[in-house]
Amino acid sequence: MDGKVFLRSIAVVTEKNMRIYYFKGPVVVFGLLFPLIMFFTFFIGRNLDIVLFFPGFLGMMLFFTASSVGPLITPWEKREKTYERLVSLPVILESIIIGDLMAGAIFGIGITTIVFVVSDALLRLPLANIGALALGFVLGSIAFAALGTLLASPTTDNPSNIMMLSSLIRLPLIFVSGIFVPLGQLTGWEWILTTLSPLTYLVDLFHAGLNGDAVYPPWFDGLVLVGVILVFIGCAKVIQRRNLVKGI
Amino acid sequence: MDAIEAVHLRKSFGPVTAVNDVSISIPPEGIFGFLGPNGAGKTTTIRMITGVLIPDTGSVRVLGTDVNADPLGAKLKMGVIPENGTVYSDLTAEQNIIITAKFFGMDRANRERRAAEILARLGLSERKDDIVRTFSKGMRQRISIACAIVHSPPVLILDEPTTGLDVYSRRLVIDTIRHMNQEGSTILLTTHNIEEANELCTTISIINKGKIVATGSPEKLKKAFDTSRYVEIAFDQPVGPDLFEAPGITRAEKWGDKWRVYTDDPDRAVKSLASAAERDHLTIVSIATSNPTLEEAFVRLTGGI
Repeated sequence: MDGKVFLRSIAVVTEKNMRIYYFKGPVVVFGLLFPLIMFFTFFIGRNLDIVLFFPGFLGMMLFFTASSVGPLITPWEKREKTYERLVSLPVILESIIIGDLMAGAIFGIGITTIVFVVSDALLRLPLANIGALALGFVLGSIAFAALGTLLASPTTDNPSNIMMLSSLIRLPLIFVSGIFVPLGQLTGWEWILTTLSPLTYLVDLFHAGLNGDAVYPPWFDGLVLVGVILVFIGCAKVIQRRNLVKGI
Repeated sequence: MDAIEAVHLRKSFGPVTAVNDVSISIPPEGIFGFLGPNGAGKTTTIRMITGVLIPDTGSVRVLGTDVNADPLGAKLKMGVIPENGTVYSDLTAEQNIIITAKFFGMDRANRERRAAEILARLGLSERKDDIVRTFSKGMRQRISIACAIVHSPPVLILDEPTTGLDVYSRRLVIDTIRHMNQEGSTILLTTHNIEEANELCTTISIINKGKIVATGSPEKLKKAFDTSRYVEIAFDQPVGPDLFEAPGITRAEKWGDKWRVYTDDPDRAVKSLASAAERDHLTIVSIATSNPTLEEAFVRLTGGI
């Protein structure tokens, strides 16, 4: 396989997705308004410690923005009949999967960075470990964009089916990832459930980066997120290849 | 080296075998037509050739590159218009062509020059900055063609490129196919339109129920059905079937106020009919001979009526 052609195909799929699906007024406005609404919903009137709460909030933002549009791209393109054209271009399945993932990751990092910068200016957030924070941004955005790509993989050309599946999987995760209850305070089955959620490790990385109050070492959180990325991409590839064998 | 070489392709969907041991060899620079009724396996075969569908068995090589072993290498040599394949509705006409050109690694100057050239050829220069969502079906199909030919592919594959188009768009599409062929591209197209295949193709394969039932030039396929030649004749008064029991006539059927007389030797049949008319004091009002058509060959091969 020609590596240059492969990398080019990923770059063009990413550019195509950014132009068509992400650089749209409503999508960007949603991306920016969503954090504000979530902040008001979970913070105002609850007398929470902002330093303790913010890493979870930031993790939730990155999680939602990076995985928001990705699940819709493939079903939408199947419905619009542009998917077959895309597959017939010089791309392979990996180009499409990684291109979809990159677009989601860029969108997630972009929106979350704006939220972080504005929040830092207003709230003067602590910064305990900039490396852990940066690692969280990069690995978290890729991991949850990969989740978006995996959610887009089942055989359907009906985006609403995928939206239902996406909500069913994504929404419960925010309640079992140490966002509202610090990881250190969890015990028993709550703790077991939390260790199964990939979002837990992103939130923990942000804790390490912002207030230094992490449960796991940053390298461990990073390793788990890398594993999650590989599993999500691998599963997306298996499902999408099966779709190609079955006839899309 | 063949432009396209598909060997023993087979594809089943559950219990249904859509393509059953199809092999095609398409030499360079020809226009190869793939004809067949709905559900015959045309699109499934095209999808396997273009790498969109993975065959159960068999292999495809495009200009010597195996589509399954080296999909990127093979796809770089192809331009494809999928069945009902449309373009990105939220991009402009020019953006659609430019983004396709990027997949083929064309540099910026080349992309822009080629996009302008193709848009002019397809009569869309004035609409280049308009969002495709506002275009008619014919205009979208022209953009689809533009995307497929932007990199001057050595092999151009079109799945029913003219279906549902208005006369103007259809003519533009056909002219573009011919132009690409003159420029050196090998063309593989599927169509329902037998006249179009007859007009465009140098070689035709007819596929039915997942198997290729005939391959040859349009003239060769028509000649294979020479027995379907006929003479159409009308007399000034009603006649019975007995009149047509003459040398060289295989059978006769009444068609409105005329008789259709089937023969394998039209010249002999016309002479027999003239003699019979003179003998029975009949006046011939009209007489015409007809050669077999590709449509007749198609209908006979695919088991139609």
